[in-house]
Parts: sequence; structure tokens; C-alpha cells
Amino acid sequence: MAVATAGRRTAFRSRLGRKIQDNLMAYAFMAGGIACFALFSWYPLVRGVILSFQQINFVTDPYWVGAENFTAIFDDPLFFTAWKNTLVFTGLALIFGFFVPLALSILINEMRHLKGFFRVAVYLPVMLPPIVGVLLFRYFYDPGFGLFNTILRGVGLPESQWTQSSSTAMISLVLVSTWANLGGATLMYLAALQSIPGDLYEAAELDGASAWRRLRHVTLPQLRFIMLVLLLLQIIATMQVFIEPYQLTGTSNPDTVTVMVLIYRYAFTVNQDFGMAAAMSVLLFVVLAIFSAIYLRVTRDRD
Amino acid sequence: MNRSRLRSAVGLLLVAGVALSAAACGSDDGGEAPASDPNAKVTLVINGLPPDTEAVNRKHFLDNVAEFEKLNPNIDVDAKEGKMDPQTFQSKLAGGQLEDVFYVYFTDPASLIAKRQVADISKYLDEFAPTKELRPDLMKIFSDDSGKVYGLPAKNYSLGLLYNRELFEKAKLDPNNPPKTWEEVRTAAKAIAGLGKDYVGYGDYSKNNTGGWHFTAEMYSLGGDIAVNEGGTWKAAFNNDQGKQVLQQLKDMRWTDNSMGQRQLLEWADLLQMMGSGKLGMYVAAPDNIETIVNQFKGDFNKYGLGPIPNGTATLAGGEGYMFNAKATPEKIRAGLKWLTYWWNNPDRIEAEYQWAAEQKTPVGLPEPALWTGEAKNKQQAAIDKLKNLPVENYKPFADATANIPLKVEPPNAQQIYAVLDVPMQKVLTDKNADIAKLLSDAETQVNSILASVK
Repeated sequence: MAVATAGRRTAFRSRLGRKIQDNLMAYAFMAGGIACFALFSWYPLVRGVILSFQQINFVTDPYWVGAENFTAIFDDPLFFTAWKNTLVFTGLALIFGFFVPLALSILINEMRHLKGFFRVAVYLPVMLPPIVGVLLFRYFYDPGFGLFNTILRGVGLPESQWTQSSSTAMISLVLVSTWANLGGATLMYLAALQSIPGDLYEAAELDGASAWRRLRHVTLPQLRFIMLVLLLLQIIATMQVFIEPYQLTGTSNPDTVTVMVLIYRYAFTVNQDFGMAAAMSVLLFVVLAIFSAIYLRVTRDRD
Repeated sequence: MNRSRLRSAVGLLLVAGVALSAAACGSDDGGEAPASDPNAKVTLVINGLPPDTEAVNRKHFLDNVAEFEKLNPNIDVDAKEGKMDPQTFQSKLAGGQLEDVFYVYFTDPASLIAKRQVADISKYLDEFAPTKELRPDLMKIFSDDSGKVYGLPAKNYSLGLLYNRELFEKAKLDPNNPPKTWEEVRTAAKAIAGLGKDYVGYGDYSKNNTGGWHFTAEMYSLGGDIAVNEGGTWKAAFNNDQGKQVLQQLKDMRWTDNSMGQRQLLEWADLLQMMGSGKLGMYVAAPDNIETIVNQFKGDFNKYGLGPIPNGTATLAGGEGYMFNAKATPEKIRAGLKWLTYWWNNPDRIEAEYQWAAEQKTPVGLPEPALWTGEAKNKQQAAIDKLKNLPVENYKPFADATANIPLKVEPPNAQQIYAVLDVPMQKVLTDKNADIAKLLSDAETQVNSILASVK
């Protein structure tokens, strides 16, 4: 019995050894990637969760404070304002950022001339470093000498306070964000549009379908998957908006303070408390993880 | 109940931990500072080195470092650029990159001390005589409640009303008689804004904590407060008639008189730039703003005047100084104090410094509240009298009145409070329907929660 067990064990070991030996190269190649993920993604993630339950001053050892960081952020009057603003921003950014690229891509796809030029023109803002784009808009939005008000004055329309008024601040930020990001989405739609088989349109035309019906019954159903993927990606990206409010309206403005801005305030300006910032980050992480899970589910089903 | 129990338990554990570690290390409560080898080689990392763009000041700083190293052959000074930046401070501390002796504003020490992020230097001060002549109220800013000292003040200022004398003349106002009340500021601002579309009568901040800073200054000017200590507990003290008056005045000037310009959400450099461009009439500022405006915008010292803070019940006093890294060794703390008492806190160097400034044609004689008491204070005044090179009569209204206006230091956790108070400032300047009572009451709730953490 003992001999049989020892024999089985030896056989298992040699099988395992062979398996490892066979795949040694693969493991070696993976090691670099795994180490990078572990060091730059998983470790900070775990550390962030731990930090959300700790108080730290970077001099003495951190100590556990239970859920105090979470109760502190729930007590902050800006907590719900920030979530509300983030959702409003995400909603507005989707209305503009989701449909404008779709419309643009269909328009560019239908063009007979200058298609290449417009493809590049639409993508150009993406190539600009985000901070440069935002600073450019800071000048455009200036209520005194800014470009937008100069144009409005020129055509005899009433001027706007843009980022400096409660009623227009958020929409002004959304415009910047849409302008800066629509290039990527437009190109993805264009690629999807070009992969729609031409015979579908031909058949529709033969059946006497108008341009609108072709769009409704051929183009949009064919784009459904890419539209869903982009929608989820945009939700995940726009919920993390930071540069636009940070640069254009500051970190104290209750009209535009977002979740990311609040995290920044907790860590670096108002509270200088990394525990509170980590607690808020964990909450944002949970919300984004839900959308990411849906995204993974959607793309896996497609595969 | 659970939370308070948990807090007490954590507190007890901490106390026990600290007690244990203190016992393990031997008692630290003796009167003497820990001994260190006076000849041991020390590399002292400091900041405050002027950037390349300020070539003259940089050279002067480095010349002094060289001179200091010559006098102290065992100390190597590693001078870094940069001053206090709250946005990078925590990261530098976490990464072990914080200098041994680092620059702070008067608004920083309270929270750094509360978070135990700075070293206690009290026991070393007896070895450095000049520190005894620093103003006690300024030393208090760098101390905790039990009197332990964590840093030294290096410069201080009080706020007044900076104005463009030329615009005053153009608007038929008397440049030698600047506004003394907020009512007069409003009238003067209206007259200056009336000069044309691009003219701004009065400017004020509302971004990156500068709005809260000016709100505080304006509250103090009316005799108000931002926070008061009631029986050992700090409470917000601005949700009252004075708070309303400050915001209402700004709201009226912005929307009724239209004398504050359309462009708002201004931060520190914006008003200096506007003053430099010659289109801004007045703003609340420290005297050293004049030097920056003249240097950066090729202005003329004769063009600017300085009046007292309007109403003048009290004026905000701020400033800067140096603190010590919590991990600094006794050798480094002694080397740091040697450097500070050689460079910033050295009464015997005051005249030489003013002499150097006068040779560089940089201003001597800007009205500043004294850093020193006693003999050192007299030395500073004598040096100013001897070497002043500015049209000091332009600053006479400020200098004359300041002697009778009490200086008031900033509230505890000032930067955090300023960030909250930016909001009412922003709102009244950007929303003509802003509800002042609600803004003040919201800010009060937030400031009270910040103050709850102040011991």
C-alpha cells in the first residue's frame, strides 16, 4: 500500500515537473507581466483598501480606525454633492459624448470626398495633452476677453459667464470633455461602420428602403454591440472626471466638485488625510467595478 | 456610542504604545536636548533656494550657503528649490524626500504639529540665543498648547489696501487719502470702474484657498472672527452679521455696482497681474505684493500706494517660517538651527541684508510688522531708516494706521478652513442670486467639523 502511494506520488511529481518544464518559457514570459500587475495594480489596490481603515501620518506607524474614515466622508456635506455632480456630468457627457461621435461617424462614413481629412480632424484633439486642451478652453471661456464671448458679442447675442456661473458651469465642463474625447469614439464607430457588409445596404436599397430606414434597420442594429461597449467604457471614464473641474472651476466649487475632485481634496488640500481619500476611492472603485463587470460580461458573451 | 468607545480604545492603545516605546527608549522628558557630536559630518537638506529665474537672489542664497559651510566645515548644505506645497508635502514625507528643514506658511504649523509630522526643537533653542528675541506671539504659531516649539518664523506681513495711485487720480479720487472704510472702498471702486469698460474698481480672490484667506481678512477688519475657542473647544464664528456684511458688500459691488469686473475665480497671481496691467484700482494685499508687481510687470514703485485695511478693527497677520522633519537627528536639528540663526533669524545680519537689497535696487522700507522684540527690533528699524530706498510716503497711510490696528493671526487649520470659505466667496461673485445666509450656514457646518479635530 505504502509502496503504491509512494509510486503514485513519484508519478505525479514527475508529471508536474514535466508540465512545468514544458511551460517554463511561458511562465518566464508571464513573470514580467505578473510582477508589473502585482506591483503597479494589485498591490496599490489592496494597499488602498487597507488604508481606508487606517489613520496614517507617514512618520509613525499607521493605526486602525475601523470605519471612521467612511463615517467621516458620509458626514461631509460635499459627499452627496460630489456624487450628484458626477452623475450629472456622466449623464450629460453621455448625451453629448455618446451621440455626437455616432452622428459624426455616420456623417464621415457617408462622405465621398475629404473623408481622410475629417477623420484626422476629428481625432486631433485626442492627440493634444488633456491639460493643454483644458487650458485652451480656459481662455475660450473667459467672460471678459474669451473667444466664445467675443463671438457672441460679434453676432449680437447675450454673453455667458460659462464656467463662472452656477447654471452653466457643469455644461461648460461637459463641452470640453466631449470635444477632447470624441475622436476616439468616432474612430471606433467608423471602423465598425466599415465592417458592415455592403450587401446588407444593397439588399435594403433593392427593397426600396429610404436612407433613414437603412440607418434604423441596418446601421444601428449592426452597431449595437460596439455602441454598448462604448457606452460602458464612457461611463467608466467619465465618472473619473478630474482635469476639467480641477483646472476650470477649482476644487472648492460645489457646482462642479466631483468624486475624483473630492478624493483629491481629502488627500492633498483640505483634509490632507489619505485614509479619507482611500475610503472615498474604495467607494468609487466599487461603483466602477459594477460597470466593469457588466462590460466584461457583455464582451465575453460576444466572444 | 460604539464609535466613541472604539476611539477611546484606539486612543488608549496609542497612549499605551507611546508609553511603552518611550519606556523602551529611555525617558525623553529631561530638560536637556539629546547630545550630539559637534564635529560629526552632517548633510543638511533645506529648501527655499530661489529658482534659476531669480538669478540674483539664487546667487545670493548660494553665496550665503558657501559662507555658512566655510564657518561650519562639518556641515554640508544641500539646498533645494521650492517652498511649501501642500499638494506634494504628504507624498514627499511618505517617500522620505522631505527636507530636514523646510519652508512653511503660518497656516501650516498647527496641522503639521497635530499630525506629529514635525520635530520638537524646544530643548535645542537655549543653545541659539537669537531665537529668544523673536516675537513671542509669532513663536506661538510654531508651538503646541504645552509650549513645545517645532519651528521658527522667518518673515511676517499684515494686510492692507493696495491701490493704483494713477487710477485714483484719473477717477478724481485723492491718492494720498485711500479709503478707510468698506463704504469708501465701494464708492472709490465705483468711480474707478466708471473710467471705462476694462477698468476694475476692486478685485478679490475666490479660488485655491485665497478666497477664504481674504474672507478671513475682511472679517477681521470688521472686528469679526473665523473661529473662537469656547472652553477649550474651537467653534466657527463667522455665521453672523459681520459675515453677512462681508459677502453682501462683495455681492453689491459685483452685481449692483458692477465694479469688480466680469472675470472671477481669481487666485493669488491674478490680482497682481491685473494690478500690474494698470486696470485694477484696489485689492487687499500684503506690502510685498508691490515688489512682485514692479519686478514682474516692469512697474514703477511710485505708481502704487498702500492704505490700511478698511474699517481697521484688526488686520490679518500672516507669514512664513521653517520647520524640522520629524525624522531629523539631533545633529541635523542643531545644524538646521545653526543655519536658520545664521541666515533668517540673525539680528546681526539685518543691516547687511538690507545693504545687499539696496545695492540690487530691490526695495528696503516696505512697511512690515517686526519679526523681533527688544534690541533686535531696534537694529531692524535702524537699518530700515538708514537704507530705505522707496517712496515711503506712498505707504504712509498704511504705516501710520498700522501702528494702531491690532494684528490677528490666522485660525487653526487655516488652509482647510480657507478651502471651505472659498465657496461663499465664489458664489457671491459668480451667482447674482447667491443665498448668503445659506452659504454661511453650510460653511459653518463644514468648518465646525474641521475644528472638531483641533486639540
